[in-house]
Amino acid sequence: MIYLDHAATSFHKPESVIHGVADAMRSMGNYGRGTHDQSLTAGRTVYETRALLADFFGYSRPDHVVFTANATEALNISIHGLFASGDHIITTDLEHNSVLRPLYQLEDLGVNLSFVPADQKGCINYLDFERLVQPETKAIICTHASNLTGNLLDIKRIGQMARKHGLLFLVDASQTAGTFPIHMQEMCLDVLCFTGHKGLLGPQGTGGLCIREGIKIRPWKVGGSGVLTYQRSQPEQYPEALEAGTLNGHGIAGLKAGIEYISNVGLDSIRKQELTLAKAFFEGVKSIEGVRVYGDFSTWERAPIVALNIGELDSSEVSDELARGYEIATRPGAHCAPRMHQALGTVEQGAVRFSFSHFNTMEEVLIAAEAVAEIARRKET
Amino acid sequence: MREKRLQLIITFHTTAGAMAMDKLCRQSGLKGRLIPVPRQLSAGCGMAWCAPVEERHRLRDAVGAAGLNVDDYYEMMV
Repeated sequence: MIYLDHAATSFHKPESVIHGVADAMRSMGNYGRGTHDQSLTAGRTVYETRALLADFFGYSRPDHVVFTANATEALNISIHGLFASGDHIITTDLEHNSVLRPLYQLEDLGVNLSFVPADQKGCINYLDFERLVQPETKAIICTHASNLTGNLLDIKRIGQMARKHGLLFLVDASQTAGTFPIHMQEMCLDVLCFTGHKGLLGPQGTGGLCIREGIKIRPWKVGGSGVLTYQRSQPEQYPEALEAGTLNGHGIAGLKAGIEYISNVGLDSIRKQELTLAKAFFEGVKSIEGVRVYGDFSTWERAPIVALNIGELDSSEVSDELARGYEIATRPGAHCAPRMHQALGTVEQGAVRFSFSHFNTMEEVLIAAEAVAEIARRKET
Repeated sequence: MREKRLQLIITFHTTAGAMAMDKLCRQSGLKGRLIPVPRQLSAGCGMAWCAPVEERHRLRDAVGAAGLNVDDYYEMMV
């Protein structure tokens, strides 16, 4: 099997991640629930991971790194915990449902939304953000890169604009954490939401948010915190304020190993390899008769994703043929990105998404491009 | 049970704060260890740093230099 669905979850994990989880399952008790050796092992591992993540994302507050099950949970916590009826929020057509659906829930409660539109290449006009600012505007929420096209947004530029207008800036880094450098302070980010199981190479069930000092997010879940037991309400200080219940300590141990692996190999080196593979695939398929590639390929400052269609073939049919006929794993359909598909005009057909890891090889990429060519040729007969 | 002695107890608002103290002291070779918060204290976090009382100034200085957020300092029989 040639796995080219890393935008959904990274399949190849470093051995150190697998060992990290297994070792944790043999050694760790519950984080923050006592001071025996097993609990302290968990406590030290979790704290070290907070510190690593804070450093990784250009932030000096490990205690403001909150763990969640994934980016969706981090986004729900932030979006539901910061806004109220009457507020106005600016977002974009590039967003995943993990941003859109919590925002639509808020819209039903009286929050107003505006969308920066995407064109047929999935590009936005940055000036639209400023055009959409109103007196009631409280925040800009956007992805760092489209999970469908791979188009990258200049979050530093958006962050500086948000700061200029006194707006909160929340970023969904699901497709970029572990591939692109993210520096919360330099990029003027207020809340960064990330998942652990994609570019960070950790286990599924890990993710979190980094919160700038001074930003108060209301907890959406409350319960056991290991602290202030006799207080009726959830503790107010981060990270416990947003971490009710037992953490996924075993998963966090794996995430720690993933970040350490990335730091050892080098973020730039990983990104360069992934983009080399994505570029080779793009070059291999872009001129095939009947193939349409979606997104802005005028720049390679982009996530290692290539989405395409072959003629009018149903993307699900193509993806299934790639899996059954060629043992190539891709993702068809709508990718939980409804507005992006509307902008690209692919609501009916969907698209076949190829996404690359530095663990893939050039040989795999060339086989995949040839498979696309073969399916395109067969379509004609 | 072990015999009680006068000890320095440092409390924290959060478990993350206690773990930051643990990391600082282990890295710097400072004395003490994490213990469950003694029942007579109503601190935020369920863990406290317990160290010999003569370490008070050294630990305060280290906490200040590292910018750690601690709740309070106590001396008590533990």
